[in-house]
Amino acid sequence: MKMDRRTIPIAPDKSGASARERSGAFEFISTKKDELIGWARKFSLFPYPFVTACCAMEFMAVSGTPYDTDRFGAALPRFSPRQSDLLMVVGTITHKQAPILLKVWEQMCEPKWVLAFGACATSGGFYQNYAALPGIDRIIPVDVYVPGCPPRPEMVIDGIMQLQDKIARQRHPILTKDF
Amino acid sequence: MDAAHVFDRMQPALAPLVHETAIAHGVLVLAIEPANLLALVRRLKDEFAFDLFLDVTAVDWPGRTPRFEVVWHFYSTQHKVRVRVKTQAPEADPAVDSLVTLYGSARFMERECHDMYGIDFRGNADLRPILLYEGFVGHPLRKDYPKQREQPLVPYRTAE
Repeated sequence: MKMDRRTIPIAPDKSGASARERSGAFEFISTKKDELIGWARKFSLFPYPFVTACCAMEFMAVSGTPYDTDRFGAALPRFSPRQSDLLMVVGTITHKQAPILLKVWEQMCEPKWVLAFGACATSGGFYQNYAALPGIDRIIPVDVYVPGCPPRPEMVIDGIMQLQDKIARQRHPILTKDF
Repeated sequence: MDAAHVFDRMQPALAPLVHETAIAHGVLVLAIEPANLLALVRRLKDEFAFDLFLDVTAVDWPGRTPRFEVVWHFYSTQHKVRVRVKTQAPEADPAVDSLVTLYGSARFMERECHDMYGIDFRGNADLRPILLYEGFVGHPLRKDYPKQREQPLVPYRTAE
């Protein structure tokens, strides 16, 4: 009995098809190098949580099952900066801590991105005194700022998605600076 | 024995060392001369069982002479009462005696007070910064420390 492939896609009759058609494999796709690599990179973020203060609670909430950053490929924290590509700075950074943060950032391999999590990491928050660094962008470049004291998990997820859009739009040199 | 009884017993015994006493919020407050500090605290510890040293801090009174007030808090785990000891330190030489010989925990708390207010504790040999960092100039909780004065350890990035 000959079946219609379009109505019954689950078990197509491939008896008359060529070997290539039967395997169902792509022979080739057409894309751009930066788009392909950006697409791969944006779904394989390995965050390094640099967690210093109360925002950590919200970081745990957003990492947990109800919000589940795994959906964005950003679930598995690496506790070594050398294995991570997303530095999440969660909480207040003091002047005394700034050299440590800089050292962690310098140890991360390219490509790397930085997410400032919460008001303190973004701007120093309500601290304006001898102790607190008024925003981590004074010492390291920041890709995405997530304000809030603390930010809602939805805001963090929005920040991760914005970072993904940014990565997808970026140049991704892999061999030389031109390719 | 409740707090009032303890305080009633303490006040006459300590009167020679204290120039002003009061009870504020259930805490016995003893204002003393700096020279009487060690003698008073030794008696508090040995005779009245104030075995727990809670904290030492300072108060900056700009314009007042002497400028600084140094405040200690002690707790008696036996009588369940607290006592506050206050004395004063001049701006030119803000020094008081250290309590490290009586309470080992004074070591770190005096370092913190030295960080924040610049009070010198005579007898504490280790007054290195504990909350601040080496190279920090000034004492940030003094009223004349500018609120926005930063002393960053990492040079700031320049605008790209």
